[in-house]
Amino acid sequence: SYQSLLYRRKSSSIKSRGSSKGRLSISGRLNTERRKSQMEQRRMEERKNLISCRQWKAGARRYMKRLTDDAHTFLSSMKLWRSDIHQIEGMFGTGILSYFSFLRFLVALNLIIFLVMFCFVMLPMIIDPHPIRNVTYNEHQGILINYHEHILDLLSGEGILERTYLLYGFYKSDEIRFPMFTYKLPLAYLLTTLGYLLLSLLWIVKRSAEGFKRHLIKDEDRFQSFCNKIFAGWDFCITSESAAKQKRNSLLYELKTDLEDERIKQKMADRTRKDKCRIYFLRVILNMFVIGVLAVCFFCIYAATTFSQKAENRNKKVNFIVDLIHEYLPSIVITLANFITPLLFSVIINFEDYSPAFEIRFTLMRCVFMRLTSIAVLLFSLWSQLKQCGTDPCSNQKLCNCWETRVGQEMYKLTIFDFIIILSVTLFVEFPRKMLVHFCKCPLAKMWGLQEFSIPQNVLEIVYGQTICWIGTFYCPMLPAICTIKYFCIFYIKKLSLIKNCRPATRPFRASSSHFFFLGVLLIGLILACLPISISLPSQACGPFSNYNTSWEALPAAVEALPQNAKNFINLLGSETFAVSFFVVTCLAMFYVIALAGAHKKVINQLREKLVMVCRLDSLQSEGWPVKNPCTEIFPGFCVTGGPGQTLPDPEAVSGPECPSGQIHTAAPQSQQAEPQLPHQLLQQLQ
Amino acid sequence: MGNKQTIFTDEQLDAYQDCTFFTRKEILRLHSRYHELAPHLVPMDYTNEPDCKLPLALIVDMPELKENPFRNRIVESFSEDGMGNLSFNEFVDMFSVLSEMAPRELKAIYAFKIYDYNVDNYLCKEDLEKTLNKLTKEELTPEEVELVCEKAIEEADLDGDNKLSYADFENMITRAPDFLSTFHIRI
Repeated sequence: SYQSLLYRRKSSSIKSRGSSKGRLSISGRLNTERRKSQMEQRRMEERKNLISCRQWKAGARRYMKRLTDDAHTFLSSMKLWRSDIHQIEGMFGTGILSYFSFLRFLVALNLIIFLVMFCFVMLPMIIDPHPIRNVTYNEHQGILINYHEHILDLLSGEGILERTYLLYGFYKSDEIRFPMFTYKLPLAYLLTTLGYLLLSLLWIVKRSAEGFKRHLIKDEDRFQSFCNKIFAGWDFCITSESAAKQKRNSLLYELKTDLEDERIKQKMADRTRKDKCRIYFLRVILNMFVIGVLAVCFFCIYAATTFSQKAENRNKKVNFIVDLIHEYLPSIVITLANFITPLLFSVIINFEDYSPAFEIRFTLMRCVFMRLTSIAVLLFSLWSQLKQCGTDPCSNQKLCNCWETRVGQEMYKLTIFDFIIILSVTLFVEFPRKMLVHFCKCPLAKMWGLQEFSIPQNVLEIVYGQTICWIGTFYCPMLPAICTIKYFCIFYIKKLSLIKNCRPATRPFRASSSHFFFLGVLLIGLILACLPISISLPSQACGPFSNYNTSWEALPAAVEALPQNAKNFINLLGSETFAVSFFVVTCLAMFYVIALAGAHKKVINQLREKLVMVCRLDSLQSEGWPVKNPCTEIFPGFCVTGGPGQTLPDPEAVSGPECPSGQIHTAAPQSQQAEPQLPHQLLQQLQ
Repeated sequence: MGNKQTIFTDEQLDAYQDCTFFTRKEILRLHSRYHELAPHLVPMDYTNEPDCKLPLALIVDMPELKENPFRNRIVESFSEDGMGNLSFNEFVDMFSVLSEMAPRELKAIYAFKIYDYNVDNYLCKEDLEKTLNKLTKEELTPEEVELVCEKAIEEADLDGDNKLSYADFENMITRAPDFLSTFHIRI
């Protein structure tokens, strides 16, 4: 039966736990003469059976374990920013820590993406033995032009930067002929793009797997929030007095909020029909208002992009500053929209009368939608400009000739501007605010208070930046390197801001629930990034795909060049029969896994009910009712003497007999009522 | 690394490494921390296993424990005499259980001991109230404290006896998502 399978698995897991490290009850063990003599005896026996296989295996296992432990410690000491994150954890707890470790993850991801792009796309072009440069430019031009031009070029990705490895237009569509082989650059470009998207997906899914497992096991209802706060609420890592005070205040606030939530839930249950109608009507109106605001923002972005493209086309250099503003107009509008809308949403949600937990989540969803859709609108407006290329005489020539370069430039500008904004907000908004609060005596300043370090908004910021990076890497291959440097600097900026300028949010963000949330939003960004790449029509004048009708055509062209057997095999893989059967097999596998998960959940519920029954029967037995040993009836063969709940399990049973043992450590003597049992006796009972 | 030190014999260090979650270096570092607490009491040479215990008052003054509201209970649960006097082995024990690598089951056992103020193997309402007051430094009103403790027992109690046995506690703590990340001390 499943049950017997379960307890057999449990006993074997206890045995396997025995091989993992356990707690040393050193006080009982090492301090006796008997132990010493036992060890002496064992050592002598070992010397006698030198060739004995088991001894050697045990020794080898211990040695390997020690080696892996040392390796792990070495590797973890090499992790980037270990001491900084340790410091932050001590001062602010695990909620804010999750933001910084997320940032570290993004730095690593961007670095890997850049290395992949560099090795497969840039390096072959750099070491090309026969470079052909279509665009010739005068070397001396650089010296004669005003230095303003250089800075403008650097900030907008145009001019001299168009003729570097930065942008798509520079890469050529021919094969690179090396002495040994020919390297098909278009194919490499396409495959590298697919590769880095797949790599990002796998890495994110791997990271979120742990959080997801826990999410599945959790009950749907808001469970145990009180127990969780009392028993797992205090962060034992906290070492500074101010952090302890903050933690205490935040726990207090959380408990009070929870009590308030209970009261509100009661109130909501008491709502009359008339109240409900009124509230639903109000919610519909407010949602329509929100949609209206979003539509206005999107229209502004569209208008700004169109204006910026047309202004660029006019090619009249008015003034350095005005030109810069024209270039950056879409970025400015997007940033403004992303700044104003969260404030608006947090005001609106107060009138919609949801439960507090739902309010936070809903506002966040709206902000995520706003941020990611603004990028989509930017791309859409560029695409609509592109459509007018053939017909409209005053459309942007550069856009029509090589639109990928334009898109790459827009993404580049967005990244640079994002970085500048983060830097300036920290320097010019938070810092003066802190000065104001500290030195100004007026009560208004005190009420305004220091800037709150709101984790969700900060996370949205970096997810937004990462989405731009993913979209932009196809059009601007050096963008991951720029993003790596950007996130590297942001770490130190945010750390400084956190320590000097901010106070932690009054409503603390839970590390466990946030882990899943960050990665979920990142996945949405990744999906958004896949779209423009999959529906692109390459321009004929520039770039690696100028010879093809779509960028995907590089694949069939490469397949054609393969030998006949490989071609047949790949044709088979691409045929309908294979696709359909693969799809069917995947569906079956998915159904199987879903069914398995459902079955596990059912078993867990059943076991939980059985546990309740055992405890109830146990208490009846202790009251004198004639109940036979309840535990062994309901869980045959699976009980410790005395039943659950009467004694604490021995720590030794959890850890196991890895240590040189004999005696076990008795827990604090007054707490043990039943006779302490030796580990092997315990294991025998379980069998 | 191990050849130059004279504090422990090699066998002792091996045993420590096998039985705790620390490496040799960390054991030596722990010993220096232990020694710092009372240089005149703690011998530098542990090869003949001296019987030396440090009182509670010295240990709760450590920076890692100073701000912890449960510091007294933590030290008491790891001491053999229940009064908080720790020998070096118990000291290492304590930090080993509270380290990142200890498994959840082990931490749950000790968490239960720590929160059990009257040491009766049950977390009754008084235990919870004491825990909550230590956590919030008595800034909740008594009615709020009572309400919170009632709700907590309601959430976790399976057998309906109005107090939490170890089974209830363990069942609850396995579903508490923050437990592993908060119940650890870095040393």
